[in-house]
Amino acid sequence: MSDVAKTIEAVWKIESTRLIAAIARVTHDIGIAEELAQDALVTALEVWPEEGIPDNPGAWLMKAAKRRGIDSLRRGRMFVQKHEEIARELEWQQQQLADALEHSLDQVIDDDILRLIFTACHPVLTVEARIALTLRLIGGLTTAEIARAFLVPEKTLGQRISRAKKTLSEAHVPFETPSGDELRRRVESVLMVVYLISNEGYTATSGDEWMRAALSEEALRLGRMLGQLLPGESEVHALVALMELQASRNAARRGKNGEAVLLPNQDRSLWDYAQIQRGMTALERAQRLGGGAKPYALQAAIAACHMRARTAEETDWDGIVLLYDALLQINPSPIVALNRAVAISMVQGPAAGLDALDAAATLAGDSALAGYHLFPSVRGDLLMKMGRLSEAREEIQRAIAMTKNLREQELLANRLKQLEKAAFSV
Amino acid sequence: MRFMMMVIPEGYELAAPDAVPSAKAVAKMMEYNKALQKAGVLLALDGLFPPSTGARISYADGKPTVTDGPFAETKEVIGGYWIIQVRSREEAIEWAKRAPMSNNEVIEVRQIHEMPDFPEDVQKAAEGFEHRNVVA
Repeated sequence: MSDVAKTIEAVWKIESTRLIAAIARVTHDIGIAEELAQDALVTALEVWPEEGIPDNPGAWLMKAAKRRGIDSLRRGRMFVQKHEEIARELEWQQQQLADALEHSLDQVIDDDILRLIFTACHPVLTVEARIALTLRLIGGLTTAEIARAFLVPEKTLGQRISRAKKTLSEAHVPFETPSGDELRRRVESVLMVVYLISNEGYTATSGDEWMRAALSEEALRLGRMLGQLLPGESEVHALVALMELQASRNAARRGKNGEAVLLPNQDRSLWDYAQIQRGMTALERAQRLGGGAKPYALQAAIAACHMRARTAEETDWDGIVLLYDALLQINPSPIVALNRAVAISMVQGPAAGLDALDAAATLAGDSALAGYHLFPSVRGDLLMKMGRLSEAREEIQRAIAMTKNLREQELLANRLKQLEKAAFSV
Repeated sequence: MRFMMMVIPEGYELAAPDAVPSAKAVAKMMEYNKALQKAGVLLALDGLFPPSTGARISYADGKPTVTDGPFAETKEVIGGYWIIQVRSREEAIEWAKRAPMSNNEVIEVRQIHEMPDFPEDVQKAAEGFEHRNVVA
């Protein structure tokens, strides 16, 4: 890529969200807004290599988008609403819209960006579509980049995005910031999307490492953006805290040969303490806002307990059990119950942990746990600690059969080896 | 990737110990800081006292020699910095181009090393370094 092309790409990553948000305020359709913004980008790609990068590239793009938008409006190509109305009415409306566009692009307000985020994460869309649209419209990522991150063909992802835009358009999703109860529900959806993006970067172990790190960073950037746009929402800060604390361990999560290193065995000097500090600050903010007992805040508080411990042995497991108790109350999921059982085993020993785990499994039912390899994996671990080695071996073999993740398989196979060694020495 | 954007203000090498930017300049700077924050890229920022309050410790023959500021022979001293997290060097440069600087001022953009950037033996040498004191 030439230097100018790289610069244009950087400008696009900085400016595209504001550009699309401002246009969408007028068109009320993010698909059309993105098209106009893209048109402006295409113009820049034609003009800038010849004439040089303008002094204020953001303003230049705004102007180009405005010109393209007004042109298209005048030609009526883009005017989709009320097309059955008589021509004179149509023309009048187009003029109104053109004027509004002229005015809108002169100033972008934070609310526009917030509306854009809420629209991209609208519950009418599938979760995959929300993620793709968010990365595209707010992350400024290209379709190719998103496809690469999620290991799907570019064509599939392109279709996913255009289908999403169509769905929003057909459902007449208003370009607005919701209020009241609806706001809470919609904030939840936005946070879920951001957290899933973060998880994709954090947990997935196959594919393109560089792209995964980029996803994790992008999720954090989105979280910090939301922290500015919704400063009073405690869960926004709590999610930022959770993501910062999780990402701060990244350097310690891989061993020399790329194998996974679990929390108790990590070299804690590899943790990023500046990042931990940012996470702690965000968590305090969430707690000061009175949101300490909400789901992301509890999860972040659990992460914080781990990060405060100088060694694995120093971990405040009592505190962690209490936090899991609280989390289980509001989010009675098998995964939370499983983690709680592990915490209990650290406080009261493996037998108590096994009881808690089996109680959780009974409560959840077999179908909820089918395909969830962590259950047999943890169960095997606890049985091993209790010296019930042949049962432990069975559980770990079951876990290996249930996971497709190669690194998880490696980790479990190692545990099986340890187990054989322990059995041999008895 | 993280970058440090270092500000090299015009004439800062000779600034009086109590020199502070004007309220107007600060207001403009805050607008810029806010833009960095809203874009979610800002990680840290600080302003530095002028060199006249500082000291230089030089190692001409391997031993430290202390000289109090100001440092007559030095040009282009750092007045402050931002640390930003962006997706490319070009993006860092684009952000630097948006800063409200005056005539003859300079911003130097430099990428911050991450541990995986180093060869394995260097990483090994850095192993076990506790910077835990950063955590409250």
